[in-house]
Amino acid sequence: MKHFKISLLAAAAVVSVAAMPSLAATPKNMLVVAQTIDDIISFDPAQSFEFTSNEIDNNIYSFLVAFDPMNLDAGYQPDLASSWDISEDGKTITFHIVEGRKFASGNPITAKDAAYSLQRAIKLNKTPSFILSQFGFTADNVDEKVVATDDYTLQITTDKKYAVSFVLNCLTANIASIVDSKLVMEHEADGDMGNDWLRSNTAGSGAYILKSFKPNESVVLTANDNYYGDKPKLKQVFIRHVAESASQRLLLEKGDVDIARNLSTEDVAAISGTEGLKVQDELRGRLMYWSANQKSEYLSNPKVLEAMKWLTDYEGMANSFLKGQYTVHQTFLPMTYFGAIDDKPYHLDIEKGKALLAEAGYPDGFEINAIVREAQERIDIAQSLQDTWGKAGIKLTLTIGTGAQTLDKYRARVHDIYVGAWGPDYSDPNTNAGTFALNPGNADDSGNTGYLAWRNAWDIPAYSQRTLDAVVENDVDKRKQMYVDLQKDFQKDSPFGIMFQQIEQAGMQANVKNLSLGGAVSSIAFWPVTKD
Amino acid sequence: MEKTGGQLQLSIPPIATKTISTLFTIVITMVGLLFITFIIGRVMPVDPVLAIVGERASQAQYDEAYVSLGLDKPLLVQFLIYLNDVFHGNLGESIRTGMPVFDDIKRFFPATMELATIGTLIGIVVGIPLGVLAAVKRGTWIDQTARFVALIGYSIPVFWIGLVGLLIFYGILGWVGGPGRLDIFYDDVVPTVTGMILIDSLLAGDFEVFSNAFSHIVLPACILGYYSLAYISRMTRSFMLEQLSSEYVTAARVKGLSEARVIWQHAFRNIGVQLITVVALSYAGLLEGSVLTEIIFSWPGIGSYITTSLLSADMAAVLGGTVIVGLVFVCLNVLSDVLYRLLDPRSK
Repeated sequence: MKHFKISLLAAAAVVSVAAMPSLAATPKNMLVVAQTIDDIISFDPAQSFEFTSNEIDNNIYSFLVAFDPMNLDAGYQPDLASSWDISEDGKTITFHIVEGRKFASGNPITAKDAAYSLQRAIKLNKTPSFILSQFGFTADNVDEKVVATDDYTLQITTDKKYAVSFVLNCLTANIASIVDSKLVMEHEADGDMGNDWLRSNTAGSGAYILKSFKPNESVVLTANDNYYGDKPKLKQVFIRHVAESASQRLLLEKGDVDIARNLSTEDVAAISGTEGLKVQDELRGRLMYWSANQKSEYLSNPKVLEAMKWLTDYEGMANSFLKGQYTVHQTFLPMTYFGAIDDKPYHLDIEKGKALLAEAGYPDGFEINAIVREAQERIDIAQSLQDTWGKAGIKLTLTIGTGAQTLDKYRARVHDIYVGAWGPDYSDPNTNAGTFALNPGNADDSGNTGYLAWRNAWDIPAYSQRTLDAVVENDVDKRKQMYVDLQKDFQKDSPFGIMFQQIEQAGMQANVKNLSLGGAVSSIAFWPVTKD
Repeated sequence: MEKTGGQLQLSIPPIATKTISTLFTIVITMVGLLFITFIIGRVMPVDPVLAIVGERASQAQYDEAYVSLGLDKPLLVQFLIYLNDVFHGNLGESIRTGMPVFDDIKRFFPATMELATIGTLIGIVVGIPLGVLAAVKRGTWIDQTARFVALIGYSIPVFWIGLVGLLIFYGILGWVGGPGRLDIFYDDVVPTVTGMILIDSLLAGDFEVFSNAFSHIVLPACILGYYSLAYISRMTRSFMLEQLSSEYVTAARVKGLSEARVIWQHAFRNIGVQLITVVALSYAGLLEGSVLTEIIFSWPGIGSYITTSLLSADMAAVLGGTVIVGLVFVCLNVLSDVLYRLLDPRSK
């Protein structure tokens, strides 16, 4: 693999010698995208939890409330629901659905479709269902908790009073997509609520419909004539699977694609000077971090953890191999999230790290192991940690494995250090607070494998309570302050060394306008895009 | 007279017994291959359940998937269930693409086959004459050039030559199509019959699609052809040298036969059997799919399918892919056996 990379760099060097003007052009009414799409498993919004399929769904399905891609900072906005009321006890939200709109199939959009969609997501109980089931919905009670009282009124009753913003943020997640119940039930097989059919077909009311999907090859979207919003300017979106960055760049330079999504740092640098092409940077939600298993004698010492945070070369990494792709960020809420803070208390200070280790009783350091997934950026980060921790005597060995292998160990809590990434699941701050700073029970057999705090055996009743309190606080300013305080304390004493937030760099033709990649809180939106 | 059992047995022609025993060998080989792959897949330290449910799944969702995959049953039982499915034509479902493995292979294998066949043809058409020529003109500049060409073919990494080839012929000169099997305008224009676009477009009589597909396949096929050529030409040369130094060649020359006749009619005919083995091996190698070439050229082939499936613990897909690649090897083996018989009178 190392040889592969070196030779790729050599090839990239040859490629960069010859800067090429854009020659061909894609058709005016079509957007052509080069992207790695081999993660797609299913387009069913009740099941899809992969990056690419969630992105595509965002362009196919509508929600009760949704983000405006041209103004993400405004937060959720009315979509299929024009307004909503909160009951006095704060547990029931009544949504008023806009009348007269249609699904792509021509069926009318009613509150019954909305109720069906949410009930279906709970009953199918696929991986992303936790985003909705955290409000107390189960397969047994959801038919009473989510009810269409008439064709255009939907009532949702949660198990207790939550912050309204928390509930609505969760309703912007892909799993809360509203499906065409009539069409879906026509394709039901063996009581699967259309799950098998929706894997590669769609039943939505968004700007596009799925025209074709060929695994590892292409996805084609075509405009939905029944779309109730502004009609998409580009009638077709053609997403072609191109795994290799250099190949994506060649296609972009030749004008055979409009957008290249997975360009390496070198390729981005090379095209930024090319006439007719541009690079769009957007902060995404993904964080890079290391975490320390609290079962380890060394790593459960707070002084050791603090030392390791001072012994990390944040700027050095961000300015070298992560340049352009990640920015330094040291807490669990990505920037642009509600309640996010930009505090960066740590920077590389070897002497301070040494002093803290001496205070902890390890002036000569100790030996530990880190598990790292076989991905270049993660290995590079782990090697940098190996280097700077080593300067203070912490001898770090690296065990590199596939994604599934490292995750196995992480979930079994048999690691010392895990070097990895975390992406938020929905647009509310609880998505990260609820995993980094919440551990519902630290026992080995508690089955809390989904919580990062649990995976690192970090037993934190006080933090957990604060996290739970924050999701029921309805005063917006107070809620925000709770997350600010939580993160400031977390930075000091958590066993998580959060280091970076991802920046996505998409290369595109200069004539591509109004593209939103979705920032940290949402997904790519094709419908506002124009090509002049 | 009544027919007896003995007479019945005698009436089976030898070709039938041969066919039956060949079939039997194939089945045994395939079951063995499946068994080994299955066991490796199961003892590999990767959890297929996690690959399905993902990182965020709860324990209950995890357990449900675990049971639905049949992983709670003993290993041998799991294998027998799988074997039974395979004999009923069901290769299972890929967890990565969400499609039946059989459908996946039906899409990915023809893409590889198309590429490998053209690559091998190039290897044969250029490699064999080059090898013969190098042997005949041993030690001359022709031989040295052939050696140099083959050496480069052996030593340059395929992804490097692929990228540079793309840069020059697609990027700068614009002579060939870019990554992918077709330009997007031609996508889904001709109906899928064989899955090989060159053939499908000819069947549909659509020459525009044919020429577009050709412009996309020509570069990766030439690159694979180059590797095949390097191997075939070196092997041809050494086989030929062996023949040319033997006594019957000297005798033929003494008899005054023309040099061309000595080389092609006598020496070359005798290396036919060996060449078939070499060509079959090279073809089989390409049919496994050339992963890096497929990645660089965004070619949806079987090689990258099996590799990515393996990395994401998608065992049904890996096993399915292995069955197909195994079958291809076995079939090519049988085919070259048949060809030996035709070419070599002794083996009759």
